[in-house]
Amino acid sequence: MNTIGKPISRVDGKLKVTGSARYSAEFDMPGLCYAVLVQSTIPAGRIAGMDDSLARKAAGVLAVLTPENAQRLPGAEKRLSLLQDNQVYYNGQPVAVVVAEKLEEAHHAASLIKIRYSVSAPKLDFVAGFPSSHPGNHNGEPGDMSWGDVDGALKDSDIKIDQVYTTPIHHHNPMEPHAAIAQWNGDELTVHESAQDISGHRAKLAKLFGVQESNVRLICLFVGGGFGCKGPLWSHVPLAAMAARQVNRPVKIVLERPQMFGPVGARPRTHQRLTVGATREGKLTAIRHEVHAHTSVIEDYLESSAFPTRVMYGCPNVSTIHRIVDLNLGTPTYTRAPGVATGTYALEVAMDELAYKLNMDPLQLRLLNYTENDPQTKLPFTGKHLRDCYTRAAERFGWSNRTREPRSMRDGSQLIGWGVATETYPANRRPASALVRFKPDGRVLVATGTHEIGNGIYTIMIQTAADALNVSPDLIDAQLGDTALPPAPITAGSMTVASVTPAIQTAAERVRTRLLQMAVADSGSPVHDASVDEVDFKDGLIFRKLSPNRSEKLGDFIARNGGQPIEGIAHVEPDETLKQKFASHSFGAVFAEVSVDPDLGPTRVRRVTAVYDVGKVLNEKTARSQFIGGIVWGIGLALHEDSHMDARTGRIVNENLADYHVPVNADIGEIDVSAIDIADTHLNPLGARGIGEIGITGTAAAVANAIYHATGKRIRDLPITPQKLIA
Amino acid sequence: MTSKKSQKSLVELRINGETIEVAFAPHKTLLEVLREDLALTGTKHGCELGECGTCAVLVDGLPVLSCLVLGLEAEGREVTTIEGMATAAGLHPLQDAFADLGAAQCGYCSPAFLLVAKELLEVNPSPNRDEIREALSGNLCRCTGYIKIYEAVELAAARMRGEAVEPATESIYGFEV
Repeated sequence: MNTIGKPISRVDGKLKVTGSARYSAEFDMPGLCYAVLVQSTIPAGRIAGMDDSLARKAAGVLAVLTPENAQRLPGAEKRLSLLQDNQVYYNGQPVAVVVAEKLEEAHHAASLIKIRYSVSAPKLDFVAGFPSSHPGNHNGEPGDMSWGDVDGALKDSDIKIDQVYTTPIHHHNPMEPHAAIAQWNGDELTVHESAQDISGHRAKLAKLFGVQESNVRLICLFVGGGFGCKGPLWSHVPLAAMAARQVNRPVKIVLERPQMFGPVGARPRTHQRLTVGATREGKLTAIRHEVHAHTSVIEDYLESSAFPTRVMYGCPNVSTIHRIVDLNLGTPTYTRAPGVATGTYALEVAMDELAYKLNMDPLQLRLLNYTENDPQTKLPFTGKHLRDCYTRAAERFGWSNRTREPRSMRDGSQLIGWGVATETYPANRRPASALVRFKPDGRVLVATGTHEIGNGIYTIMIQTAADALNVSPDLIDAQLGDTALPPAPITAGSMTVASVTPAIQTAAERVRTRLLQMAVADSGSPVHDASVDEVDFKDGLIFRKLSPNRSEKLGDFIARNGGQPIEGIAHVEPDETLKQKFASHSFGAVFAEVSVDPDLGPTRVRRVTAVYDVGKVLNEKTARSQFIGGIVWGIGLALHEDSHMDARTGRIVNENLADYHVPVNADIGEIDVSAIDIADTHLNPLGARGIGEIGITGTAAAVANAIYHATGKRIRDLPITPQKLIA
Repeated sequence: MTSKKSQKSLVELRINGETIEVAFAPHKTLLEVLREDLALTGTKHGCELGECGTCAVLVDGLPVLSCLVLGLEAEGREVTTIEGMATAAGLHPLQDAFADLGAAQCGYCSPAFLLVAKELLEVNPSPNRDEIREALSGNLCRCTGYIKIYEAVELAAARMRGEAVEPATESIYGFEV
């Protein structure tokens, strides 16, 4: 079989277009009841008193969980709000849970709870927090890293750019709200949860409730979007489990849309100062990228915006610094291309500013500072074909027709601008396990505990198994999203394919070998007495290579051999020494055309062209989906998304989809994506580097640079709204 | 029990061509009745504020946000949900096209997009892209970037007009395959 790389349609497409795909809130079970969160209305302080007497008497109410009566969970992390004490750390923090027969009864009872607070002075001023900010790390990588002599080089630079770029708080807002159904059976807990990390959540829940991991099962067949917010375990899931234990019935909790703006993560606000030095010819001599980003007062999360500066250009003197500011807000978390989306915005706009100061084409400036090796470690890349991306994307976009001067291109009354930026995202891989099973009915099952979040992994799993086994994809079924299956890593960091497909390949090889060994040993088989090398398995038939007509169907073979499935399981670890030998990143080039109404200010992104170097593309259709989706997130970052915090109460005031603007269809013009299809087999046998996040990187800068080209106005605070452009 | 029962209304609803008698509290939205009382979970819950379009269904053939309509208001009207879009003959051409072209990505917004597009094609069998955009303007999608949705509606419309069309063949590598 040769299905890898082909535009195979999603195998879960039919389920999704008929309403048959079941998301986590859509499981019914006898006795199911409903939980509703009560959230704090102050940003800092403590609960001085809570009167839940009316709520308890309200119709249908089964339980009210409060800090007074909630089950004690020794060792509960401070980041989770599990009613273990009276402290309030942010506005919107869960402070009570009401469980009732019906959802509306739970809602009504929740509204009857009266809470008195003792309010403390909250930390809500981001910039005022800079002096007391502190260093941090991101996934174990230190926030501060420097090489060369930045100060000295900046002093000697012919040309300098020194600017501050800011990005606001974002909330992920997948279309499917967070949801969980928790059910206890003795000491066994089953949770249906919309999650990006069922294995991780299982481990945390087991620890919280003091039971064996094997006693906890997480199930998630489809995720209705996540973008990072469904990666960590948030409070509502253990709260549902606590409620289920208390009422001894299955409990469902579904967050309301406004509840998606606080207790379930956010992209933190960033303030990025970029100081860039260059020679008169445009060679970079120094870059200092100094980032401030916020976190909560209960957990450190670092938005690693300066990380892309460590890899993007050849520069002998680089300093990347991150400082975290504690605020009384919900803990932020990974949001599509964490760090990289916000960081490439700042770096790539600074590069555009430098190009204008040098009187140089911005694409030329990037080519002039191209690096063949990782500038920090000097290691070679596992594969880097960014030059081809620039060339091809520039050609497809028509970049050579650009006139350099701002405000020099027009379409009627509209100002037209063209901008460019570089995209990048690290390629990662984690340990993963998978099973491949030959079933008595002659079909094949491929299974691993990963997550279908719109990434198309059901389809990729089947393609991988089809090619590894020489079996038509039509004969293969895929199963995922269940901790009863061999575990897979968190679906995040664009690493699912790189992690999961090697495990599937190895499991397939094992089950195939096992089958052939059984077949040659079986006196009833037409391949009996041959050596394993002399026989083969293809399209459901076991046969001798030299006389393929002497074959037997898989199902018949299994039936004769006891009717039991034949199975191969594999756990595959990435090569940890790879990091000592290579740097591994994806790259891309993105070009944007905008039109700006000079009188009224609105920007339209008319077209975007991007070309990616992401290793092997496993499925053209699902890849194109991911690239376009990422670019649209980049447009949202540039022009729309902005969570407004009330400076006194720490409440997000636009906590709904009418006022929190995600890109709508009228915001999207033409998007042309393509990929350079060169496999990177250092990272994994299929040569795929992952594609879920790179599309958002660079795009906001390309749009911002195009707006500058259109208008001559350099807006350094995202989003670039009409009011900022006509100010 | 009796007091509880008296809080419920017994209503006859026409859903996907079938007459169903269902008892529910009169304040329940059509979305809640569909999802919770009738287990028709193909209709999705996105914001319950009429902002995201995810819960759209057809009532007497017209798109309606089921989170903003009471279940009682649907009495005597014809409600079509995603579960009623396919017929005995198979999937609706829109469903085929959405599945084929990856217009359903995470899939959560897809049922509503499909029903709204169905109504569009019934009124206008040959919509141009701007007309498609306008018809679908009440629906948010966070995954696809909308483009594959337009392409799917265009493909389905052409097939429904009886044109022998195939999906575009340009590959992601930037050349014709």
